[in-house]
Amino acid sequence: MPDVSWDSYSLLAVYSSMAVYAIAFIAFAFDVARRRDPAEVRERELVAAGGGTTTTATETPTRGPRRNLAKVGFALTVLAWVLHVAGTVMRGIAAGRVPWANMYEFALTSIAIIVGIFVFAQLWRDLRFLGVYITGLATVFLGVATVNFYVSPTPLPPALQSYWLVIHVFVAALGTGFFALGSGLSILQLIRSRASGLAYVDRLPGASALEDLSYRVSVMGFIFWTFTLIAGAVWAEHAWGRYWGWDTKEVWTFVIWVVYAGYIHARATRGWRGTRSAWLQLIGFAAILFNFTIVNVYFKGLHTYSGLPE
Amino acid sequence: MSSRSSDSAKAAKADAAAAAKVARDDAGHDPMRPSDHVDGTPQTEAAGGPRLGPVGWLRFAWRQLTSMRTAIVLLLMLALAAVPGSLVPQRSSDPNGVIAVRDANPDLVWLYDALQLHDVYTSPWFSAITILLLVSLVGCVIPRMRHHWAAMRARPPKTPARLSRLVGFQTVPGDASDVDRAEGVLRRLGYRTERYGDSVSAERGYLRETGNLIFHASIVVIVVAIVAGSGFGFQSQRLVVEGEGFSLSGASLDTLNTGQWVSADDLPGFGIHLDELDVVYETENVDAIGQPLDFTAFVQVTEDGDTHPGQIRINEPLRVQGSDLYLISNGYAPQITVTNADGTVVFDEIVPFLAQDNEMTSLGVIKLPDGLAEQVGLQGFFYPSAAQLDTGAYASYYPDLLNPLLSLQVYTGDLGLDDGVPQSVYQLDTEDMEQVAGRDSAEPALLIGPGETVDLPDGLGTISFEGIRRYAVIDVHRDVTQGWVLGGAIALVAGLLASLLIPRRRLWVKATEQGLELAGLARGEDPRLEGAVDDLARRLRGDDADDLPPKHRWGRATEPGRAADDDPK
Ligand code: HEM
Repeated sequence: MPDVSWDSYSLLAVYSSMAVYAIAFIAFAFDVARRRDPAEVRERELVAAGGGTTTTATETPTRGPRRNLAKVGFALTVLAWVLHVAGTVMRGIAAGRVPWANMYEFALTSIAIIVGIFVFAQLWRDLRFLGVYITGLATVFLGVATVNFYVSPTPLPPALQSYWLVIHVFVAALGTGFFALGSGLSILQLIRSRASGLAYVDRLPGASALEDLSYRVSVMGFIFWTFTLIAGAVWAEHAWGRYWGWDTKEVWTFVIWVVYAGYIHARATRGWRGTRSAWLQLIGFAAILFNFTIVNVYFKGLHTYSGLPE
Repeated sequence: MSSRSSDSAKAAKADAAAAAKVARDDAGHDPMRPSDHVDGTPQTEAAGGPRLGPVGWLRFAWRQLTSMRTAIVLLLMLALAAVPGSLVPQRSSDPNGVIAVRDANPDLVWLYDALQLHDVYTSPWFSAITILLLVSLVGCVIPRMRHHWAAMRARPPKTPARLSRLVGFQTVPGDASDVDRAEGVLRRLGYRTERYGDSVSAERGYLRETGNLIFHASIVVIVVAIVAGSGFGFQSQRLVVEGEGFSLSGASLDTLNTGQWVSADDLPGFGIHLDELDVVYETENVDAIGQPLDFTAFVQVTEDGDTHPGQIRINEPLRVQGSDLYLISNGYAPQITVTNADGTVVFDEIVPFLAQDNEMTSLGVIKLPDGLAEQVGLQGFFYPSAAQLDTGAYASYYPDLLNPLLSLQVYTGDLGLDDGVPQSVYQLDTEDMEQVAGRDSAEPALLIGPGETVDLPDGLGTISFEGIRRYAVIDVHRDVTQGWVLGGAIALVAGLLASLLIPRRRLWVKATEQGLELAGLARGEDPRLEGAVDDLARRLRGDDADDLPPKHRWGRATEPGRAADDDPK
């Protein structure tokens, strides 16, 4: 049974997390804007003079005291994320079911997953240079979600009463999370291969290292997305009597899948690897955002579960 | 080519060239890859030359079609081609939307038709892209299957002369007598090995390629199964009121689409009787009062002379004789009788009304061509829970039957039934009719509650609202290849996982005067190759028991290098 007080605690937690994300964003932004400090310049010159064979691909983001702002940003991101997850869980308690049955809830959950993947990716690689992108994304989307998509918790319509809701939608959110991280890496790859002179850009790993990272993350996204597509078809077969009907949401899920298949091929194709494949990853992610916002709100179809008044 | 450069630079260049040769011999010349794959053999330019005969041109065209570049372009075209179908309503998924769009944009109808924008997914241009993609896919995959079949039974390739420029190159203490031991370690790690003199060559990850081929082959299986399924299946719908039934024959169905290879005689011979449609609405959550929570259709199935009960719910179809029955929609059907001025009953039917909103305000039409002094048409709304608005109009405030009310406008004149043009039973063509009761006439619309009888205008007779039942729209269909599609999808995921997650790599251990030289070569994406060489080195040095897991490698700061000829720019 819906419980109003849990929902208001949830909103409180979500608003607080939004505020902390915003502060984390500012910390990361200052880190980006910071100018190169002299010690770093000297270090670089030495490397350039002495080594010569050092390729950009093997450069590492410099650690040390200079990265303090990024550290602060990351700590704040973790704090915001904990609040965010708490808010999402409380929303689930308030609704008495998984918290991803309408647009607002799906936004809460998938943004939590995006940030969660960023946070845990830290165990794998130092990706704090993506902090400004991820916290920016989280702040903006949480803002949009709470202001434009919020609806109070309601029970599930019959078509959504299925364990496939738990699987299909959650896996879609996971896929989205990995694609989001990949999109950040691809954006930086494009910047890295073009611009330089900015301290932040020069501190980044090399363009091809960024490309490799983006590919690995996006491939995880692709696996989850493939599963989403198939699980969605199985569910549609149960609920609507056909596994595929080119409903608007199905169309867009398919379009995204095909674009990313193109991206994976591009990565493996001479003449497409590098900048072009990065653009494809970004087109794919743009399609995901479009699918979630514009398609959900304005397009007509069976998947009209945004919960928003018409 | 070479500019004046220092000796050391020259040596470096020679090294690089040697490495490139090694890489090409072992990875570059990957016959399993199309020629424009980053690991493929670049095509020599001769292909486009003027000496090509017709066969040469065909071969050239085929090579273009089956290239990775073409695959990318076709994939992107497919993605793009799918988009208009989400912008313009499709006949298959939204027939009412199609009508509305055409009515709203009469000037654009020709364009919609010319580009088949209402049938995007069956249009020739969409099919053309799909077919080209499939041909490209098959043309690409079949030679790769042949090569892979051979590769799986071949031995790992010869050890390159120089390992020093390959990935993870290092030397550990040891001599020729340790090569046996190295081979044992590699085998235990799952490598296939081959001895070449004082060296061992090892390869693993054949499943990666197998997975990739299964993935691509599954796509073909799925598409073929979908196409075959539409040819061998059927799909039908029937609106059925509580207390009534229908049998699965063309005459008794509202719509019936049979595949190319199915005739109406092949339909399974069972009957369905709807006893009751049970709908549960939310009553407690103030934000969702009236939201439907559950639909259950209680039915009797008659097959082979035997009748048994069954249930159809949303998400839980009922399966009868290999066909599936689904609840598609529901609504209210008032039972209405009309009596003429002489007291004779001229109409006694249960009339389905179509729901227009979440509160089940429903729109319906009654046509009375015979028995009255003139032809009469009635059109209006049924409100399950009627409430009067300030404007005087009615609205439904709840979808269940709390305060049912019928509000009908009455028309007299020509119903247009004799024109020979088929008419929808849900639409009243009022062009040749005059409104005699309702907003545009002197008389108010007829308001009838259940059990009530009211007079028709002009002494035409009376109309009674006898009662109300629910109806369900039931979809019955059979898709014989559904299982194939699902099987293909499962194989596709399995292939994808193998293909993206299993690393394919070669490792070499070679005894030299300096000790045992080790190095590796990636085939395809393999971020952990360097780690694998390090791990092997540790095992060979013996400072790491064989059964210990490899050292935790998270957070590596440097990127392992890629094969030497692999410069992304
Ligand atoms: C319906 C069209 C196609 C789709 C959806 C598709 C999808 C994919 C996907 C998702 C992958 C990555 C997973 C894997 O390695 O199995 C892949 C890899 C690959 N595809 Fe396709 N593909 C299609 C057509 C083709 C065609 C026509 C070719 C030949 C030109 C091709 C050649 C390859 C190759 C060589 C790889 C391996 C790439 C690598 O080494 O990383 N594919 N494909």
